[in-house]
Amino acid sequence: MTASENQVPGPVIELRGIDKSFGPVQVLHGVDFEVHAGEVTALVGDNGAGKSTLVKCIGGIHPIDSGDYLFEGKPVHVGGPRDAAALGVEIVYQDLALADNLDIVQNMFLGREKKSGLILDEYAMEELAAQTLAGLSVRTVKSVRQQVSSLSGGQRQTVAIAKAVLWNSKVVILDEPTAALGVAQTQQVLELVRRLADKGLAVVLISHNMNDVFAVSDRIAALYLGKMAAQVKTRDVTHAQVVELITAGRSGDLGIAQANGNGAKA
Amino acid sequence: MSAVVTKRPAEESTGSPVKEMVGGYLGRVKGGDMGALPALIALVALCVFFWVAQPIFMSTSNLANLFTQGAAGIVIAMGLVFVLLLGEIDLSAGFTSGVCAAVLAVTLTQQGWPWYAAVGAALIVGALIGTLLGTIVVKIGIPSFVVTLAAFLALQGVALKIMDNGTNISISDKTIVAISNDNVPITLGWVIFAVGILGFAAVQLRQFTTRRKRGLVGQSLGAVVVKVSALAVVCGLGVYFLSLERSRNPAFASLKGMPIVVPLILVLLVVFTFVLNRTSFGRHIYAVGGNQEAARRAGINVDRIKIIAFVLCSAMAAIGGIIAASRANSVDPNTGGSDVLLKAVGAAVIGGTSLFGGRGRMLDAILGGMVIAVIDNGMGLMGYSAGTKFIVTGLVLLLAAGVDALSRRRSLTTR
Repeated sequence: MTASENQVPGPVIELRGIDKSFGPVQVLHGVDFEVHAGEVTALVGDNGAGKSTLVKCIGGIHPIDSGDYLFEGKPVHVGGPRDAAALGVEIVYQDLALADNLDIVQNMFLGREKKSGLILDEYAMEELAAQTLAGLSVRTVKSVRQQVSSLSGGQRQTVAIAKAVLWNSKVVILDEPTAALGVAQTQQVLELVRRLADKGLAVVLISHNMNDVFAVSDRIAALYLGKMAAQVKTRDVTHAQVVELITAGRSGDLGIAQANGNGAKA
Repeated sequence: MSAVVTKRPAEESTGSPVKEMVGGYLGRVKGGDMGALPALIALVALCVFFWVAQPIFMSTSNLANLFTQGAAGIVIAMGLVFVLLLGEIDLSAGFTSGVCAAVLAVTLTQQGWPWYAAVGAALIVGALIGTLLGTIVVKIGIPSFVVTLAAFLALQGVALKIMDNGTNISISDKTIVAISNDNVPITLGWVIFAVGILGFAAVQLRQFTTRRKRGLVGQSLGAVVVKVSALAVVCGLGVYFLSLERSRNPAFASLKGMPIVVPLILVLLVVFTFVLNRTSFGRHIYAVGGNQEAARRAGINVDRIKIIAFVLCSAMAAIGGIIAASRANSVDPNTGGSDVLLKAVGAAVIGGTSLFGGRGRMLDAILGGMVIAVIDNGMGLMGYSAGTKFIVTGLVLLLAAGVDALSRRRSLTTR
């Protein structure tokens, strides 16, 4: 959890004053958000706080109404998922988006198959998939030619994450990766999340589970009713403080000041 | 680590090839894919049953008959596999074949076109019907069941209109008639056999050596040998029996060699199996059938894939229609009607193609089509009425769909 202390060349993604409305409903109010390479940033907040919307804005699924989107310090325009993927931003959704009837290799390369001429280059894809899984120290998958339908929930999550990092991505966003998993599998996935950050990727972890958040994250960003209540270093806060930030938007001198409602940073 | 994920030489070399293949198959069954084995077992069992009950069933002339009887349905079923893989259905494929056969007959006899132009016209009409169906399904979003049911009725009318409200048009063009009624010369038959087996062996061996060289897990050499030799024996026996004289009066008219439809279907099988397994288009078809949302998020143009699948299905129906026209030497408004479509869907499903999408192979259509042709032919020989044949075919289809549904449910619960 200390891997990233020394490398602070500025955030990979920096959002400033993001507003997002759906019709008359404003979901995000001037949200600031930073994601650093080599760190796991936990994005927490109650249901409806705007976590998913924020992530979808980052992933280009929802265009932002106003505010700045900086990638590696440079302002960028992300108009769609393709733009985000081109920047190296990959999102692993809660429903994983894997095709059950295909095997692991086929899923990892879906839509971006390697070809030699007209023919699919199965060998190259299989090698790369195996290398990626090996690079993540995944030991739970027996064969990369297994059909996804025969995998357990944790293994599926692993495949989905491996798929996201296959493309030399810089930022991986995980939407509640442990929500449906048992204890042992949760542990495996959390270890994997940690390894991603240790490899130098910027990881955003959406989670409701405080134990998970404190187990792997370096920073915690708490959303409260569409506003960024606080973005703090994990080691500077306690469980109780984070819960307060999630439920009330403030905790002691942290969080949204009652007077002006602006987000405050630790 | 790479040793765990990629190289497992220990597992590769131990155990007999048969054991390895059985193990691999059981793994697929666990994943909800019964594959072609039920259809193969059914086919063998039915053949033995009819052979015992009515020895004439196994006569060479009847076996050759089986192929020509089943050919049109098999080709239509092969086209349906594309659509079924997407989890869609095309109920109009039967009458698409009828309309295309009518186009063939009209251009051939009334317009006096050469056979290749007429065949081209039939194929183009088929492709257009497919484009129309696919576009309506995709762009308007009407379920394919309803769209193709509407087309089923409408195309029936189109066929009637083309044939002036139901006149029977006979076909006398030698090339067209030959498709279902002539045989390949015996030498050419054996050449096709040799090329096929050697080609299959070459592909399998190349796969084996490349995988070994790159250190990837693959089937053992034993499994390759077993596969190739099994195919060689089965096909060799087939070619041998079809090469025997089967005319009652050879001096008058010699009748031997495999029917032309056999190599025709084999070529279609090889081409479309290649498309499904080795190209990204094929991969995307499986992906859309397995999880449409995942395919969409992976950047696959789902609409395009679906439309192309409907086009391929209708074009194959056109080929089926041409084969049917050739076999009957004529086209009438009933061509492609009655039970043609249902038997074709049945063939694909009996062969192991899932109605839920995502699982199936080209070979399924052929195996399933053979099962249906054998039931039809065998029960006919035993003197059963059409009624009994329909009931038995229906029950077999129900059984196959049941196996499909159950194996799917099993794979969902064992997750």
